[in-house]
Amino acid sequence: MPSTKERDRSCDHLFTSGHTACPGCGQSLAVRLVLRAAGRNVIVVNSTGCLEIFSSKFLESSWEVPYIHSLFENIGAVASGVEAALRITEQLDDIRVIAMAGDGATADIGFGAISGMLERGHDILYVCYDNEAYMNTGIQRSGATPNYARTTTTPPGRASLGNTRPKKDLPQIVAAHGVPYVATASVAYIPDLDKKVKKALSIRGPKYIQVHVPCPLGWGTEPARTIEFARMAVNCGLFPLFEIEEGKTTARKIARKVPVEDYLREQVRFRHLFGKDGPLPEVEEVQGVADSNIERYGLMAKQAG
Amino acid sequence: MTKKMMQGCRAIAEMATLCRPQVVSAYPITPQTVIVEELAQIVADGRLKAEFVNVEGEHSAASLVLGASATGVRVFTATSSQGLLLMAEVVFNIAGMRLPVVMVNANRSVSAPLNIWNDQQDSMTVRDSGWLQLYAENNQEATDLLLQAYRIAEDHRVMLPVMVCVDGFILPHAYEVVDMPSQEEVDAFLPPHKPIYKLDPGKPLTMGAYAEPDKYMETRYMIQHTLEAAIPIIEEVAQEFKRSFGRSSGGLFEEYRVDDASTVVVVLGSVAGTVKDLVDELRDQGQKIGVLRLIAYRPFPKEALCRALGKAEDVVVLEKALCLGSSGPLALDLRSAFHGRPASPKISGFTIGLGGRDITGDDIKSAVDRAQLRLTDIDFVGLREDLELEGINA
Repeated sequence: MPSTKERDRSCDHLFTSGHTACPGCGQSLAVRLVLRAAGRNVIVVNSTGCLEIFSSKFLESSWEVPYIHSLFENIGAVASGVEAALRITEQLDDIRVIAMAGDGATADIGFGAISGMLERGHDILYVCYDNEAYMNTGIQRSGATPNYARTTTTPPGRASLGNTRPKKDLPQIVAAHGVPYVATASVAYIPDLDKKVKKALSIRGPKYIQVHVPCPLGWGTEPARTIEFARMAVNCGLFPLFEIEEGKTTARKIARKVPVEDYLREQVRFRHLFGKDGPLPEVEEVQGVADSNIERYGLMAKQAG
Repeated sequence: MTKKMMQGCRAIAEMATLCRPQVVSAYPITPQTVIVEELAQIVADGRLKAEFVNVEGEHSAASLVLGASATGVRVFTATSSQGLLLMAEVVFNIAGMRLPVVMVNANRSVSAPLNIWNDQQDSMTVRDSGWLQLYAENNQEATDLLLQAYRIAEDHRVMLPVMVCVDGFILPHAYEVVDMPSQEEVDAFLPPHKPIYKLDPGKPLTMGAYAEPDKYMETRYMIQHTLEAAIPIIEEVAQEFKRSFGRSSGGLFEEYRVDDASTVVVVLGSVAGTVKDLVDELRDQGQKIGVLRLIAYRPFPKEALCRALGKAEDVVVLEKALCLGSSGPLALDLRSAFHGRPASPKISGFTIGLGGRDITGDDIKSAVDRAQLRLTDIDFVGLREDLELEGINA
């Protein structure tokens, strides 16, 4: 076993510095962590989005592993093709295919191809970096945008309170394909993310991990507080951390429950939910979403008595 | 080599098999379906060791072979019409990434109205995508071009995708005698694919990077430059094919009785047979007429075409496609090729056989007569005369 320090040093190089992600970008940190867990023997397939733009500007690249970007909506199919080529050339035991996409590519434009990839049983780990809107094009609503978030295409106004629909439940939709491993993770919980990536890569077949990655630009949060907001999202119940293995769900318990109001209040994307006279009733509605997650996934540790 | 009576779809699938693609992906669409059904059976029978991946649409079929090609294996896909249009985004992407994908397109009209029959509007729509496009006259040529397509695409001087266009139904569904080479003969002509670059953890590289204005234009310049350089390579591969298999097939175009012709009909694909019959008939009546059948539409062999057609008075372009609102694509290309040259024939353009409309000898004769009478920019041949068409929007 190499020491932790040695292992970190060798693997940090797989996604190198010098890329052009914004300060406090949750996604760039998560990519580095996913690759650190995955190691060198991978091929990364990436859909169009922030990650591709900030990491692959010709003639520069942050990728120390083989990397391919093709288009926005075809990542499921491109990854399937890479996997098929590795399978027929009998390299699939040595090389892992990791598809990386944002929530827009996953929930919306690329969804058909992803469903095909899952249904066909390709041996691919699909990582969705979920920052809850189309950030690369300037913060437009995606299917993964949560209730009442402000985006540039769901602006609050006199007749609107922003995005009126709930967040699309991608992990459960993926799980419904009968794949062997589905998990959610957060950039705030690094050992948990590390463990899930390693576990996923030890399983053959389609695997899916949705990592919650705050976007300071899109959320209107301080770059220095990215991890804090990611942690609050988990601890209020809005982004539950769980694994579904062969249909069986296990969740990570919340250590100390945070009221949804605390999570929403300091993000510009939810500011319109707080008037001079205090929070609007919609905050209570969002609390209901969190409570329902807590109930559904059994997120609270059993209290004594 | 074995001569066999076979259906076109089988001949194409057999040749695809002989070319040993390792990943095949397609989505069913009439009239391409028969080709991929044959291939699926061949893979199921264990005659071809390949991953045959049934995808959820043509966009994914093209994307899947893109991913496999980038991983360094030989790939095959086939489509038609709406399928090709759905693929269009990926078609451009494959060329931009310089991947030697080979595709058979069973040429079919484009909706609306829905029509499953042959014309060439589909492949013409992606003529500017950076792919090489080769058009076959018959099933023998379709199979020969497919074999040559891999040689051209994977040539390190080219590294661009090739589309073999076969007229839907007319070729894939027809039974013809096809001279099918043996596996040994094909292997000798087409060595295993040796990619210049591929996705490999042993040698990591970034593919599909993003290029800002200071870099993008050069990528387009390089494709244009390569396509021009591919013209002699297409001829070279055809010559080598002749040496290997003892018969001519492929190349830039075929000339039939063009030498002393004052009128030359120019066509793409399967209609050439009908035109050749008419040419024989008119020659018997004393007309100096010939037909030039273009095989390589992209890259467009300007110089060779101008040499071949430069002595004619009338060039009559019959096209199963048109640029709606402008003119016929092939006629436009030919006129542009002759532009500024001291001697240019009169180039007339005709739209013919759209959506599977039969093309008769009389139709072709009427186009030739009209062209000889006056210069025609774009004229429809074979329109129904029993319908009032002019007042439709009035």
